[in-house]
Amino acid sequence: MKILVCISKTPDTTAKIAFTDNNTKFDGNGVQWIINPYDEWYSLVRAIELKEADASVVIHLVTVGAADADPIIRKALALGGDEAIRVNADSHDSYYVASQIAEVAKQGSYDLVFTGKETIDYNGSSIGGMLAELLDLPYIALASKFELAGTKAIVTREIEGGEETCEVALPAVISCQKGMAEARIPNMRGIMAARTKPLKVVEPVSADSLTGIQSFSLPPAKAGVKLVDPENVSELVRLLHEEAKAI
Amino acid sequence: MSVLVYIDTADGHVKKASLEAMTYGSKIAEQIGTSAEAVVLGPVNDDLTSLGKYGIKKIYNVANDSLNHLDAQVYTKVVAQVADAAGAKVIVFSNNTNGKAIAPRLSARLKAGFVSGAVALPETSPGFTVKKSVFSAKAFANVSVNTDIKIIALNPNAYQTIATDGTAEVISFNANVDPPKVKVTNVTKASGEVPLTEAEIVVSAGRGMKGPENWGMVEELAKTLHAATACSRPVADAHWRPHNEHVGQTGIAIAPNLYIAIGISGAIQHLAGVNRSKVIVVINKDPEAPFFKAADYGIVGDAFEVVPKFTEAIKKLKGVS
Repeated sequence: MKILVCISKTPDTTAKIAFTDNNTKFDGNGVQWIINPYDEWYSLVRAIELKEADASVVIHLVTVGAADADPIIRKALALGGDEAIRVNADSHDSYYVASQIAEVAKQGSYDLVFTGKETIDYNGSSIGGMLAELLDLPYIALASKFELAGTKAIVTREIEGGEETCEVALPAVISCQKGMAEARIPNMRGIMAARTKPLKVVEPVSADSLTGIQSFSLPPAKAGVKLVDPENVSELVRLLHEEAKAI
Repeated sequence: MSVLVYIDTADGHVKKASLEAMTYGSKIAEQIGTSAEAVVLGPVNDDLTSLGKYGIKKIYNVANDSLNHLDAQVYTKVVAQVADAAGAKVIVFSNNTNGKAIAPRLSARLKAGFVSGAVALPETSPGFTVKKSVFSAKAFANVSVNTDIKIIALNPNAYQTIATDGTAEVISFNANVDPPKVKVTNVTKASGEVPLTEAEIVVSAGRGMKGPENWGMVEELAKTLHAATACSRPVADAHWRPHNEHVGQTGIAIAPNLYIAIGISGAIQHLAGVNRSKVIVVINKDPEAPFFKAADYGIVGDAFEVVPKFTEAIKKLKGVS
């Protein structure tokens, strides 16, 4: 069983969101970069759990990014991946990124590809679906549980107001979210081992970008909170009804 | 040429998010001088002709036993066939659970530029630029689409549904449908309750409630407001409430008209999941709780005293005792 886990580098969840170059670029100044939480906590950790249950499982990590993504990949390797592949390209177009990962996936003939349900920066929820289509594989988005059952997988996915359990034949592409696994932190042994695990850098294949970010903007600041006396709760109801027209 | 809207259904009923997508799609059609059409797969119990009131002129219905449950691979191929027949230049999805499974696949299949999480109508002269939510609703990006066919996934609750007069022509479309590779074995639904992502009002509570046994007053308030219930991450992690109620950065992102947060301090990760809400009310006994900075209305007070009074005052407003 070979699993490919897609990893993305994102700003820390508490990072200040600001833009430079006339609002065309994210301001990375002083920002701490992390493994996208959905990629780490849910897809990578679930893959590690599968390996712990069956030592024959092999986990490869893939990321599309420049050399500044290497510390993130080392951290992922410290958590438990076997080896990593970095496609040496910088792009924010999901089709371009998916095309690069598809190429890696084709060469490695994986039984399973995990992605996070989205990245916390661009919130695209796109790579998994695009990858599945480029590889002509089944795709289950927003998985919250995953179990292997021979050549099949039993997957629970989120639907509006509930969840759905399905069986899918492998190979398949799965996008992972909360519920798949619990967050872990790397231990010292993992960190030491990660230093010598292979991190292969490959050059990108030719692929098109279908979209481009023109500019960023921030939402208007809130006017400020209107505080209501706890002894006069009916005033809050009046404000919500008459002023905010929310009830 | 047309704008094609994907109509999503649950148990044969058209989802609210799809009504928004239809209104949105018909506005784009007006903008680029074409007509809005729609596609719906699988069994439908609703009267499709009446969806004309959201600006849809023609609906392609594909009924086939292989489409009774979502297999994104199978669905994508069918939507691609309809898009081709309809000469679709813009294809609109709701950015909901099924939209997230199908739309990116269709983008790769048609090699059509895809923008997910759209929050406003595109700018179409010149070019084609869509405003989308990024950085977990802490910012927006204007994204240009460079391809002949464009695919947009509209965030739920980001665009107001407008109903007018009109009737849609419904045609039964014969598509090649592959046998599904995904077999749905079980569906669990919170019956009779409002799905969290579609709710107009959400009542959410956090660690300030002290324990799961105190959720009665939260549920009572939610029931009075016909609201969905939600919770913060520590509450879900402590198993006080189910994980599917967890809103925030790593849980579900929601955008209701009214979000009421009780005993939630408002960590930045929580705000990331709820700051698209139109009106935010915070009830917390700590005046320093960061959530007050993101709130429109607030009460600094003990939830155990404030919440029952709040529920009573709403009942009075609604004329129920």
